[in-house]
Amino acid sequence: MSKKTSESSPPVSSRQEQFLRAHHRQHHIITLGRLSILILFLGFWETAARLAWIDSFFFSSPSGIVQYLFQMVADRSLFTHTGVTLFETVASFLLVTVLSLAAATLLWYQRGLSSILEPYLVVLNALPKSALAPLLIVWLGTGANTIIVAGISVAVFGSIISLYTGFCQVDSEMCKLIYTLGGSRKDALVKVILPSSIPLILSSMKVNIGLSLVGVIIGEFLAARRGLGYLIIYGSQVFQLNMVITSIIILCAIAMIFYKLIQSAEHFYRKLY
Amino acid sequence: MQPILSLREVSYSYHNLKGETPALSHINLQVTEGSFVAVVGPSGCGKSTLLSLIAGLLPPEDGEILYRGLSSRDYCADTALRIGYMLQRDHLFEWRTVYQNVILGLELTHSLSGENTDYVLKLLNDYGLYGFKDKKPSELSGGMRQRAALIRTMAIHPDLLLLDEPFSALDFQTRLSVSADIASIIRKTGKTALLITHDLSEAITLADHVIVLSRRPASVKCEMSILYDISRQDPLAIRGTAAYQEYFNQLWEVLTDEQKNV
Repeated sequence: MSKKTSESSPPVSSRQEQFLRAHHRQHHIITLGRLSILILFLGFWETAARLAWIDSFFFSSPSGIVQYLFQMVADRSLFTHTGVTLFETVASFLLVTVLSLAAATLLWYQRGLSSILEPYLVVLNALPKSALAPLLIVWLGTGANTIIVAGISVAVFGSIISLYTGFCQVDSEMCKLIYTLGGSRKDALVKVILPSSIPLILSSMKVNIGLSLVGVIIGEFLAARRGLGYLIIYGSQVFQLNMVITSIIILCAIAMIFYKLIQSAEHFYRKLY
Repeated sequence: MQPILSLREVSYSYHNLKGETPALSHINLQVTEGSFVAVVGPSGCGKSTLLSLIAGLLPPEDGEILYRGLSSRDYCADTALRIGYMLQRDHLFEWRTVYQNVILGLELTHSLSGENTDYVLKLLNDYGLYGFKDKKPSELSGGMRQRAALIRTMAIHPDLLLLDEPFSALDFQTRLSVSADIASIIRKTGKTALLITHDLSEAITLADHVIVLSRRPASVKCEMSILYDISRQDPLAIRGTAAYQEYFNQLWEVLTDEQKNV
């Protein structure tokens, strides 16, 4: 547990000052390095496209992408497609979180059940979920339902397995304490297993949001008329590479925002405890 | 005096596919009301199994455990005959404050009445933890954590206290003072206590009756009553007495004899 140094911190020694200066310098170098990679890459890309080293019809260009982005904002299609993908991803992520928590809890509660179901879970987890997509289209048609289910199918089995394994690794002496104080197995679950697994749950959420996005994009490739996945497939079919690459860049931004959101939830939790 | 706890010919074995591991074999022992009994024995001899059996967490395979005349199934169901159990480590939950930790037992037994919480607050006050009740366990010292664990155990008004090497995780210095501290608290309440330890000095300093167990499968090797003519408050003073040395030597012989038979 880290204690924050308060406002009235003691005078800093010159060695400490030296250390802090070196630390900040290091920090600046890292930020600078990251930025310069991005700028160099974009600059090289733009130059290559302008000087016709690469064919901007196939490879697009940063300025083309920015132009296309403005056009998407102007005709509002940016908001429709991004909104659809966001909604589907958030829906499948939330469902994955609830379903996998419920399933892992049930498996922990009923050890017999977990032994029976283990091989099925392992097979379902190892199965490439994109193989299920055509089946989902036949069963559920094309639309948001299919895509949300595709998103769930990618993340849910791995999440169940990792949560259940985590539940089983909680110190059994802590559960014993609950029993010695007159508690039941349900009490052990509510008072020990779940609260001590919050870091694990948060880190599995971090993985799940990425996987849900993967599932949703696969779903949109095959069964959508809206969404970023649809734009990528459609753009590649009509050789609108600006459309494809812009969509991919928006996806990058979405993935990063989701990741940061859960990371800040993690920070918030760490500050609490 | 009448014993309140008696074990008759109690045996227990652990089973797995590789075979059977006998842990306890024909244990006979008795604990009288208000006494402080220490059980010592070589590590891994099955001392913790013994406590789990008495606490009713495991059913005995053979033999009989009687507590105030009731068999283990009956006394575990009787809420007036609660058994307090202190584990090796304090296991204070970091996601709860000290106060929320010590009322855990009351919460679990649905007995969070005003009377009971007042009692907990009084205990916190008596044992110098009142000012820390809203702190996280990580902000307490090792000794304070053990006291908090003791309060958590006492909060459910146990009729009998089982202590499973509760000091073994502490460093030597803390251990001396904390063990004397905890023991004197228990003595003041007049509760019957059964302490498991592998530390001979601890057993002779704290208990008024010591039971020595043999190697696994454990059986009772010898018993000895401990009596000093000075107060038990100061563990170092006790360790300086001739009586202490005498008890130590006698028990040491029994234990080394036990090791030799390996």
